Amino acid sequence: MTYIAKPKFHHPGLPKNDLGYTHRDYEGKISTLCAGCGHDSITAAIIEACFELSIEPHRVAKISGIGCSSKTPDYFLGNSHGFNSVHGRMPSVLTGANLANRDLIYLGVSGDGDSASIGFGQFAHSIRRGVNMTYIVENNGVYGLTKGQFSATADRGSKSKRGVTNSDNAIDLVAIALQLGASFVARSFSGDKTQLVPLIEAAIKHQGASFIDVISPCVAFNNHTGSTKSFDYVREHNETVNRLDVITGRAPITVDYAPGTVQVVEQHDGTRLALRKLDADYDVHDRLAAMAFLQKHAAKGQVVTGLLYVDPEAEDLHAHLNTVEAPLNALEAKDLCPGQDALEKINAALR
Amino acid sequence: MPLTAITNSTYTDPRQRQLFKNIIYLGALSALLEIDPKVIEQLIGEQYKGKEKLLSSNVHALHLGRDWALKNLKCPIGLRIRKSDKVGDRIFIEGNSAAALGAVYGGATVCAWYPITPSSSLADAFTAHCRRLRHDPETKKAKYAIIQGEDELASIGIVIGAAWNGARAFTATSGPGISLMQEFIGLSYFAEIPAVIMDVQRAGPSTGMPTRTQQCDVMSAAYASHGDTKHVLLFPEDPAEAFEFAAQAFDLADRLQTTIFLMLDLDIGMNHRLSRPLRWDENKQYDRGKVMTAEMLESGKEFGRYLDVDGDGIPFRTYPGTHPTKGSYFTRGTSRDRYARYTEDGPAYADNMQRLLRKFETAKDLVPRPLQANAGKPTKYGVIYYGSTAPAMDEAIGMLEARGHQLDRLRIRAFPFHSSVASFIADHDFVYVVEQNRDAQMRSLIVNENGIDPVRLVPILHYDGTPITARFIAGAIGGHLDQLKVTPLRKAVS
Repeated sequence: MTYIAKPKFHHPGLPKNDLGYTHRDYEGKISTLCAGCGHDSITAAIIEACFELSIEPHRVAKISGIGCSSKTPDYFLGNSHGFNSVHGRMPSVLTGANLANRDLIYLGVSGDGDSASIGFGQFAHSIRRGVNMTYIVENNGVYGLTKGQFSATADRGSKSKRGVTNSDNAIDLVAIALQLGASFVARSFSGDKTQLVPLIEAAIKHQGASFIDVISPCVAFNNHTGSTKSFDYVREHNETVNRLDVITGRAPITVDYAPGTVQVVEQHDGTRLALRKLDADYDVHDRLAAMAFLQKHAAKGQVVTGLLYVDPEAEDLHAHLNTVEAPLNALEAKDLCPGQDALEKINAALR
Repeated sequence: MPLTAITNSTYTDPRQRQLFKNIIYLGALSALLEIDPKVIEQLIGEQYKGKEKLLSSNVHALHLGRDWALKNLKCPIGLRIRKSDKVGDRIFIEGNSAAALGAVYGGATVCAWYPITPSSSLADAFTAHCRRLRHDPETKKAKYAIIQGEDELASIGIVIGAAWNGARAFTATSGPGISLMQEFIGLSYFAEIPAVIMDVQRAGPSTGMPTRTQQCDVMSAAYASHGDTKHVLLFPEDPAEAFEFAAQAFDLADRLQTTIFLMLDLDIGMNHRLSRPLRWDENKQYDRGKVMTAEMLESGKEFGRYLDVDGDGIPFRTYPGTHPTKGSYFTRGTSRDRYARYTEDGPAYADNMQRLLRKFETAKDLVPRPLQANAGKPTKYGVIYYGSTAPAMDEAIGMLEARGHQLDRLRIRAFPFHSSVASFIADHDFVYVVEQNRDAQMRSLIVNENGIDPVRLVPILHYDGTPITARFIAGAIGGHLDQLKVTPLRKAVS
């Protein structure tokens, strides 16, 4: 985690979004990750997505666990509150934060060790509860901070930098998220910003549990021949099912697409997702087919990316709990305390 | 008593044959024990007010049993139940239900928990109280959120996330849950996030005796988590205090920005107890602690998340989403400077650790003070006790006085200890520390925190899983005092 502040000045001609903010307003501290780290590209994509959506930075809460990926919330949205919690426990902290104030945007940043190993249970349960959040796993298949041990997402048969072959089966978090009822599931690649940025935008706009698994090569420990999480491997085996454009507001869709290749998905808040299908048979509303598709391609060593599943009518945890519209953290004694009269009645019933 | 034969000959409906058995039996008991049937009729009347049909059929069943007993058994048997009004205005309630109600009154909006005996009924009671008291009358929507977590780690994580974001949150658990929550408790201490943990203690270690009572989590709660940590503990004596302390725990958590433990035990939590009625001061305001608002930030007030502006060790915090450009910070379990910036600089780390100690000092005057009751005559001996030991202690004092032993007593109600604990010990030659665990955990805590000579504190320990009794306390203390009175032989002869 860095203590180096970025200079505040910027070019006067920097483009501004609808709120009048520049990209600089969405940046954080200078990254201390290794040069070329995939995670920094994801940080850049998050900054771009929030800029494009004209989100007020302070209305975002960034929550992470422990690990290289979990350090990154310090590197974007410097005017947001961030919480670097404990290893593998981001999901529970985020769930609690979300319960306290449903009006903020919750961005959970985690890694493959954080979410597939130590925090596998919390990952699963936050997804099955339908917490309204954008859950991003920066997936590199290794433990970077502790110098390159395999994580639980490392593919069986893949090789470590020291030449050790992984004999354990891999956990595919996307497959698990689908099985557990995530209402927005995507996979992307840190090296493909044009795919990743709109996916993050769509996930933020989605009112439910959004999960994005981003393959993010570790240049220090997992970018060699024999790794299935290297830049080269992912580029060669990337099976992209669709490309996404996120359209906010009422603007007509003006981009020209070949007929039959675009599917428009309208989300709860009116955001429309224009999906350019690259695989004509792929249906983003079919959970079962998505699961089968993933398994089939994984068996061939391919990495399926794109928006894999979305339920635009999703309901979140607050809907399940029937909580009041006002944030719970804004309720005061007059809203919460039943008072002495109610207590008298309770006392009387206990005599 | 042939209950089945009686019901079969009286009722044709199979359900009624089953249902009325207990009332018939009660009727028989009333004849055997000379209970005035009118009193029972009155109680049935209260129970079935407005349901006249049920009322008359129950009264009928009562007399059926009573008449059968009078005719067929030797009544009365000699044991009598006498009418008494010693109960007064007291109520009959379990501590878990009272603590849960305290959470409702204290403004808790988020509860996350994992089922574990003997604390499950606390979360269940919170749910029941909220259903009755916490729904918006118009929209019917809930002014609370309750999550049954997948484990204790998630439960405390949810609590800490919610409290970080400005909601009052708590979890209910027992000893094994405290063990599992250790890492998060340390985060709460070091990153200074409010949390309330209601620990309904049961006999340990390990799975121990899950349905038996003990006060065995004192040490593991006081110093929970790795590294140098200390936590605030509250020790209610009964349901009424459980209610008050539960509500107060949320004020303390917000004020001190740390974990507050409400130390219940199975005996208070799950056994119905006679308790003074619950009271709530209508003028009481919630103390939300030092929270910097957008207005304060806008007015140019300096914000440093870990800056000790008032000298009490307590810094200001901001809630997420407060201001577009001011007051945001990065919360972390790693060390940081006064402005929440990561640092491994030794002096900055030590500065922060010292401030946390100052904060703990501040806590001493905020938590409930010990209550002292002196013996009728001046005495060199004192007794310290806490929690569910209180009723047995009160009774034991009477028994000891009857044997000629005078004892001043001090009931500890919180940790960190108020200065009066040390002065109480200083005022006496010997102080007995009565507790319900094997290792004299409270005694160790007193010795450790106050630098007291352990010889002066005599442990009186009861830990077989049953609630401590007056007879046990009086026997143990009385025996020790009797020994002190024995004059050495040589001295007696000369």
